[in-house]
Amino acid sequence: MEAIQNFLNDYTLQIVSLGSILLGMISGVLGSFAVLRKQSLLGDAISHAALPGIAAAFIITQTKNTEVLLIGALIAGLLATGLIIVIDKYSRIKFDSALGLVLSVFFGIGLVMLTYIQKIPNANQAGLDKFIFGQASTLLMRDIQLMIGIGTVLLILVVVFWKEFKIISFDPDFAQSLGFSVRKITFILSGMIVAAIIIGLQTVGVILMSAMLVAPGVAARQWTDKLGKMVVIAAFIGALSGVSGTLISSSIEKMPTGPSIVIVVSLFVLFSLAFAPNRGLVWKMIRDRKNRMELNEDKILMNLYSLAMNHDDRTHGHHITMIKPTKNRRGQATEQLKTAMRHLEAKGWARSDYFETWAITDEGIQYVESHPMKGGL
Amino acid sequence: MSPQLEIQIIAVIVAIACSIPGVFLVLRKMAMMSDAITHTILLGIVVAFFMVHSFTSPLLIIGAAIVGVLTVYLVEVLNNTRLVSEDSAIGIVFPLLFSIAIIIISKYAGSVHLDIDTVLLGELAFAPFDRLKISGVDIGAKAIYSMGAILLLNLALVVLFFKELKIVTFDKGLAAVLGFSPALVHYGLMGAVSVTAVGAFEAVGSILVIAFMVGPPISAYLLTDDLKKMLVISGLIGAINGIFGYQFAAAFDVSIAGSMALMTGLTFLLVFILAPDRGMITIIRRRRFQKVDFAAKSMLFHIYNHEGDEDESLENGVKTIYNHLHWRKDFLDKIVRKLIDEKRIVIKDEVFKLTDGGRQYAIQSYEEIVSSFQTADL
Repeated sequence: MEAIQNFLNDYTLQIVSLGSILLGMISGVLGSFAVLRKQSLLGDAISHAALPGIAAAFIITQTKNTEVLLIGALIAGLLATGLIIVIDKYSRIKFDSALGLVLSVFFGIGLVMLTYIQKIPNANQAGLDKFIFGQASTLLMRDIQLMIGIGTVLLILVVVFWKEFKIISFDPDFAQSLGFSVRKITFILSGMIVAAIIIGLQTVGVILMSAMLVAPGVAARQWTDKLGKMVVIAAFIGALSGVSGTLISSSIEKMPTGPSIVIVVSLFVLFSLAFAPNRGLVWKMIRDRKNRMELNEDKILMNLYSLAMNHDDRTHGHHITMIKPTKNRRGQATEQLKTAMRHLEAKGWARSDYFETWAITDEGIQYVESHPMKGGL
Repeated sequence: MSPQLEIQIIAVIVAIACSIPGVFLVLRKMAMMSDAITHTILLGIVVAFFMVHSFTSPLLIIGAAIVGVLTVYLVEVLNNTRLVSEDSAIGIVFPLLFSIAIIIISKYAGSVHLDIDTVLLGELAFAPFDRLKISGVDIGAKAIYSMGAILLLNLALVVLFFKELKIVTFDKGLAAVLGFSPALVHYGLMGAVSVTAVGAFEAVGSILVIAFMVGPPISAYLLTDDLKKMLVISGLIGAINGIFGYQFAAAFDVSIAGSMALMTGLTFLLVFILAPDRGMITIIRRRRFQKVDFAAKSMLFHIYNHEGDEDESLENGVKTIYNHLHWRKDFLDKIVRKLIDEKRIVIKDEVFKLTDGGRQYAIQSYEEIVSSFQTADL
């Protein structure tokens, strides 16, 4: 309740929440493509590589205008992406090595520029580093409007290029063979991812931005196999993490916003990995156990079948230790085997003759004879 | 010793110490793992710091190494579920651990000197102020000794386990068959990366550690195929980056670590463009040559195939061959000019005809290509 009251009274908090929601949505949508294209770490690289762009924009214009700095960051980000692609294409160096190099070298150049800026007399450089490490609480209405503007453009572009983005995310070779210009589409998509990263820098900062780009997509991927649904779910998870992270950080003292958003979105990932239908690990475990049990029961029934076939009287009961030759150390049938027998009885494939003695039924014989694995598992 | 000299010595030691595990990271396609580790060791440092309340305790290095290995382990656990690709796994694990570290710092470290900026950015210029004194006698900057120890450790590991590292890096399966434990070598290497990173972060900051771990090895990778040479060359390149980086920083009075990263980028760029066999210029030239060569041969085959056919005048006609090869007009002209210059074809009655030399060349190239396919099948 207190949190809600806080929220209604606190204008800054409303602005920050709105910003986090927008950021979560945008990065969720574009991050889905990055995740599918196995370029999750591009976000990390670009958010670091933006630093020299921001610094250069400041050196040239001497203003701390958000728009100007963002344009600088955008240019540096695009340059970094281009370099990574060129290194990957024209040498045997792997994509991730190229990523690591460009990330750290650009960041180093940024540091050189920042230290240079600090020496400029009267330069109003204070706060430039906050821009890089992110400080959601400094968001202004103007920043939000910018976010809404860029976000809308990005979303419209995603809709316009939907077919193209979809095909290069899953099968770029096929796209090429259909006559799409993979290079152009990749460039547009990368540019959009860069733009999404850049607008997130201010809110959550360089390092945490990569989580915002990757995590919603990974979480959403678990819930569906359809790209359309995945993108919508990712946007939703991103937005929800943004707003809940912001509210948590505002209600706990000294809780930074960016990290708390990251924690929330990571919890979403863990929850999705565990419980998403079909792909979720918990369901998979249950399914595996059930499969194992059924396989085991089939095996037992087949043993029972061959015992019956080798006996004059098919309906003759066999002692449980005969049915499955694997005994435990004391020579007694295990509890597991007894459970399996009861399951088989429930299905009507076996009946208990008398104390721990079992026989196969006609239905059981029919089942075994129609079993695809007849002849032994 | 002057502080300037000491800084350069530290820079060189850091650069070489980073390049040794870096070589294996790059070869094992795990470069971005260094990015993850250099960020997450912050958590280890923070937790260890709150246990001992000191920055100088060796426990900090141990804590960092544990979290570094933990990072790798968590990434593998996520990746092994097969629900998350490796890069996504890295992209989830390291921001999470890093966030936890930042939350701990901002909640509890208000009064203590533990600044995120220090960890991320580092400042080499301050290193000479931190002296190592033995019974009151100043024997030099402490960083020289701490990083020197890490360098020696890395060197010792590589020399002692060179065979193991080599075989696990290039053929994991064979290593397992021969009885080396790939997992042990893997985690040992990750431990070395973490320890190196934590040693280096104070001097150069955790983000630039990545530059020193990745930059020199990938430059060396473009210059040699020999693992030993690659180790030596990356050490050399690292040292050069350290010295020139310092000179640049001193000349323009800017961040030393940043300048070292800048030099790393420059040396890489130089190697990337100019390397004799694997540089960009060579590769572009080779690809262009291959494209033209392949096109010229294709055209010869085409003409040879239709030699004496009924529709030869259509298939090989100067005006109509365009419809059969589907090449761009200017590219076709270029190939035709090349073939005529080489006297492989001539134009007779508006039809391309092979010269004797051209016919022989076509047959010979065809056999070469076919036999290369056959050997490739073997």
